[in-house]
Amino acid sequence: MSIPESVGIPDHYKSFKFSARRSFFWDKLAPVLIISPVIVTTLTFVYVFILLTVLISLSDWSAVNLAGRFSTPLLKNYSQLFANPRFQMDLRNTVIFTVMFLAGSVGLGLVLALLVDRQIRGKGLFRTIFLFPYAISFIVTGVAWRWIFNPETGINQLFNVLGINSALGAAGLDPFKPGWLTDPTVWPPLNEALSKIFPAAARLQFDIGVPVALIAVAIAASWQLAGFAMATFLAGLATIPTHIREAAQIDNASGWTHFSKITWPMLAPFTLINLVILGHVSLKIFDLVYAMSGPGPGFATDVPGIFVFEITFRALKYGVGAAGSLVMLLMVAVVVVPYLIRNMREDA
Amino acid sequence: MSAAASNIAPARKRDLPIQQVLTLALLILLSAFFLMPVYMMVTNGLKTASEVSVDSMWTLPAHLGTGGFAGAWEKLAPSFRNSLVVAGTATVISCMIGSITGYVLSLWRIRWSNIISTLIIFGMFIPYQSIIIPLVFFAQKIGLYGTLAGLITVHVIYGQCINILIFGNYYKSIPRSLIEAARVDGANVLVVYWKIILPLSAPGFVVAAIFQFTNIWNDFLFGVTLVPNPSSQPITVALTNLSGNYSVDWNVVMAGAVIAALPTAVVYLVMGRFFVRGLVSGSVKS
Repeated sequence: MSIPESVGIPDHYKSFKFSARRSFFWDKLAPVLIISPVIVTTLTFVYVFILLTVLISLSDWSAVNLAGRFSTPLLKNYSQLFANPRFQMDLRNTVIFTVMFLAGSVGLGLVLALLVDRQIRGKGLFRTIFLFPYAISFIVTGVAWRWIFNPETGINQLFNVLGINSALGAAGLDPFKPGWLTDPTVWPPLNEALSKIFPAAARLQFDIGVPVALIAVAIAASWQLAGFAMATFLAGLATIPTHIREAAQIDNASGWTHFSKITWPMLAPFTLINLVILGHVSLKIFDLVYAMSGPGPGFATDVPGIFVFEITFRALKYGVGAAGSLVMLLMVAVVVVPYLIRNMREDA
Repeated sequence: MSAAASNIAPARKRDLPIQQVLTLALLILLSAFFLMPVYMMVTNGLKTASEVSVDSMWTLPAHLGTGGFAGAWEKLAPSFRNSLVVAGTATVISCMIGSITGYVLSLWRIRWSNIISTLIIFGMFIPYQSIIIPLVFFAQKIGLYGTLAGLITVHVIYGQCINILIFGNYYKSIPRSLIEAARVDGANVLVVYWKIILPLSAPGFVVAAIFQFTNIWNDFLFGVTLVPNPSSQPITVALTNLSGNYSVDWNVVMAGAVIAALPTAVVYLVMGRFFVRGLVSGSVKS
């Protein structure tokens, strides 16, 4: 079969003469050989290593017991893990943090995208400012916000500078001086109320509610990732055809109608992307908390990422650490795998 | 668009002046929130040790000088260099491997290529805690533990998971007919890559390189678990050590944070356009 000259073969390509001989090697084997290094390393470093972590989580192997065998009962590490009040608090913190962080980053990201998308002077500059935190590391963010949320000096001092507290004082109110990262309170106190409905709740070893210190971490994380949400939403806004926007303008739709009937529904796929990507970031968050507050007062800011790191590399309990990391992996997989499978189906 | 044309079909309704002013005011207010930590880090980094005190966090430094930067640089320079070597080397190797693998996976007809790609891409989402114990022991076994070469190897390997997504998305925009035509003429997989694909790949390389460099520079978990010796540690680990050390003045800590943030911040400010593209292609399917 001959290809017409017009098909669009680049000129620099035409000048090369190839042997028309097609061999099994070049046709079938060579492409597979090219991709095999990445397949082999990913298979080993992702899948085999996860499998090894599963085995470690089922064993009593540790730094002091290098000849460890399968533990009896087999799920001993898991029962230890879930019986640990600290890990119970970590799971509570992950849920609360994820809700606060997703509301903060995706909500703020949407507001930023809608504002920057308007016809306004200097919008490129604003976009740059809002996305900037995404480029720097969680560690730097954590170090900076740790000082900002220092109750003695940071943002509370800024409230004084801005005159907020003197205004409150003039109105006869107490100055606004939250303890931020140092506040061990869990609010509201739900345990007692719950124990009236479920007597079992009285035996809980941790407080149900929002750990106040976690709010500061969620603010810092939202600061860092709202720009990411904004960029995704801006990509989404660019897909809304102009004729649809125009039609709404001709119909004189109000701002809110326009948003709720057109913009929001058309942004839905991009909202989903933000929730999946940022949701999985939230479930495995580690660096930011590590640099900002560590486990926090009464484990108020502890998360599974920190717990696994400390129990594995400080306490050297490999089995429990491995079990904790697999709980993290499972949470991430529940969020990410359906999304990946859907993308794969669309591609096929 | 000319005035006459815009009368017929306004591309976007112009906001009223009052709406414009309100939007602008809101944007400026939000910018203040986003720039507040940057202001705090830079101004306090520029203060002298005697100047940083509990009540003066938000004031400007009294006089111009290097403030905490000299002290921070003295402490962080070795790890800054380590991070530069690791992120630079790993980015170059990672992108070369990612490019040719992504090309074959997305443009060559390989059986199950979709499933293979998805399985590789899944690796970018996993919490690295779930592979870190076997990884540390493996690195110890083969002598890569505690070395920059070990850190580079690990970043190159895990970097492929996102490279396959970025390069794959990029190469999907190249028409397959181009490849088919070359194949009919007898060009093999390497010749097609070298003569057709590579010359078209520059934007893909820039996007992937920015992504890799930023990710590797900002990594903390691999650095802290694979490199126990301070002389080989990356900057993120050195910065947490500096920050957790209460005998260090916090003008030095803030200056250190600025130094640690600088390379990726510069990459972002210079290549922002590509940065956004990488970010979007890293999560949004094209």
